[in-house]
Amino acid sequence: MTENGRPKLAVWKFASCDGCQLTLLNCEDELIPLAGAVEIAYFPEATRAVVEGPYDVSLVEGSVTTPADAERILEIRSASRRLITIGACATSGGIQALRNFADVAEYRSIVYAHPEYVQTLERSTPIAAHVTVDYELHGCPIDSRQLLEVLAAFVQDRRPRIPSYSACVECKRRGTVCVAVAHGTPCLGPVTLAGCGALCPTFSRGCYGCFGPQDTPNTGSLADQLQVLGMSESQVLRVFRTFNAAAEPFRLESEKHEEATP
Amino acid sequence: MTHKLTQGDHILHVENLARVEGEGSMHVVVKDGLVADVELQIFEPPRFFEAFLRGRAWTEPPDITARICGICPVAYQMSSCLAIESACGVTVPEEIRLLRRLLYCGEWIESHALHIYLLHAPDFLGYPGAIEMAADHGPVVERGLRLKKAGNALMTLVGGRAIHPVNVRVGGFYRLPTPDELRSIRPRLERARDDAVETVRLVAGFDFPEMVQEQEYVALRSPHGYPLEGGSVVTSTGRTFEVADFGTHVVEEHVARSNALHARLDGQESYVVGPLARYALNHDQLGPLAQEAARDAGLGDECRNPFQSIVVRAVELVHATDEAIRIIDEWEGAAAPFVDVPARAGIGYGATEAPRGLLYHRYELAEDGTILDATIVPPTSQNQRSIEADLRVFVQDRLDLPRDELVRQCEQAIRNYDPCISCATHFLDLTVEDR
Repeated sequence: MTENGRPKLAVWKFASCDGCQLTLLNCEDELIPLAGAVEIAYFPEATRAVVEGPYDVSLVEGSVTTPADAERILEIRSASRRLITIGACATSGGIQALRNFADVAEYRSIVYAHPEYVQTLERSTPIAAHVTVDYELHGCPIDSRQLLEVLAAFVQDRRPRIPSYSACVECKRRGTVCVAVAHGTPCLGPVTLAGCGALCPTFSRGCYGCFGPQDTPNTGSLADQLQVLGMSESQVLRVFRTFNAAAEPFRLESEKHEEATP
Repeated sequence: MTHKLTQGDHILHVENLARVEGEGSMHVVVKDGLVADVELQIFEPPRFFEAFLRGRAWTEPPDITARICGICPVAYQMSSCLAIESACGVTVPEEIRLLRRLLYCGEWIESHALHIYLLHAPDFLGYPGAIEMAADHGPVVERGLRLKKAGNALMTLVGGRAIHPVNVRVGGFYRLPTPDELRSIRPRLERARDDAVETVRLVAGFDFPEMVQEQEYVALRSPHGYPLEGGSVVTSTGRTFEVADFGTHVVEEHVARSNALHARLDGQESYVVGPLARYALNHDQLGPLAQEAARDAGLGDECRNPFQSIVVRAVELVHATDEAIRIIDEWEGAAAPFVDVPARAGIGYGATEAPRGLLYHRYELAEDGTILDATIVPPTSQNQRSIEADLRVFVQDRLDLPRDELVRQCEQAIRNYDPCISCATHFLDLTVEDR
């Protein structure tokens, strides 16, 4: 805590697109009140002022992909009373975890003329693979209302009220017609964590899983259904291999279709 | 792009834990009192988008490449759609183009408001950040947040959400907004337009360090007005070429100090993309309100002081709000939310104007639409050499400043470019080496 009793908040970035920390700046109505309730002690995207640690709450965006970052996260953990990871990169490795299924040396030579200049790890891993994480907030990107709820909960020392059920529940609640049942549109809603407000079906498209797996996903059964709706093995493989490709249930399901894909 | 990471051993200092402030650093070499070299080092970890796009379907780049940047995802979606559609020989109908332009206006409003108010104005007004600035300039920060929110609201309406919109697909959109939905946002955009005009007045009154950029300016130019969602390439030396020829004019190089590839145009040392380039090459296409705001702010036909890019960004904010209202008022609906884009073998090119400048995509497709090769050239890798060129001149005149003040001013100079070092903005770690 600071001398005035406000908890100290820090925001850290690893391999990512910056979208999840932007979500904090996108809370336009809450930003100034939030800065009154907590001391924004380290948030380079917002201010060059730096308050020394330790920090009461650290928000961590991004995945670990370099040897230096694997060291840095240890330092951040030791300087943080509570550590919350935000977004698909930090909680599952993000889209850059597609390297986990490939040869990273080949990736490096595709993108860079001088692969030897580039230091990178074979795998992109979530923060929890390196340090203890107090709470994981999912989404690619995270939802701003959920972020505010998590911050409020930590400031008030209570559990965040964040659902662990599937996106289907949100669809039902909104009264959105099921795109899979009514239109035969392939949809990952049954296996995907709620949180976005079941956005895609309200735009006449199937959920593409950007919030990652829900608590008890039956991916095998959904994969069968996706094939009934006309998807090939390789398409099924790819829908599980996007922004949360390395999340365990999605990874295991995609690997089943790898064997079947010529 | 995305090519961000590591470095040769001469800059290993940036990798240790004391430097966690950021993803980039600056290295200055001084020889006999003269600045011999300035290096902007970018060590954002590489994420390998161009590699993992290989083998994906032609329909996937809009969702996947959006994830390159959370601050300008629409730019990535728009350039990728154009490139895939060109590979497949499809041109979208006029209504789809207009709706794309409307969505893009939302991103410009959001991104420019973020940069002007939250990231750059604090430099000019002497604060470490906007939150600290709000204590003394409450109404100013509130105006910035209101503008930003209007941009986000427009992106949410057309795209489904502000970060990584879900409604964009190759060929158009999944669902069209209804005329009622579009009308409902008009009052907020009118307020935003007023706020944008006020923004120009505010930033035009800032003190600007003297500086003149000599580099060639590069932007799109389009028959559909001030460039956003497409066009061909024009430059300040009078060169013009089609986006399909971008790859023959622009060559990316990989240097040890940076994970962002450096782009060169026809072998020249450096060139500039972004608001200053767009303005110099397209100011005649700004709407009347934006032209008036530019005149009142004292901008001529071109502005070559990079510190005044904040003024040009504000003028573009006027244009984007005004343009969004115009598109909504003239909207007559569309026959369908998208057109089919059947796969075929071929190569396609697409370029649009991201808030930070020209963003180029190129895809090579197999007959079944599988991506065989992808190239993405983002604005920051094109500007990186120019940032260094600016800094060489800038630092030379300021070598006597106390270190902290020099760092602060250099950061401000770098922020002139709104660099998307995965959009990190406060990142400078300065080392001055005396030889």
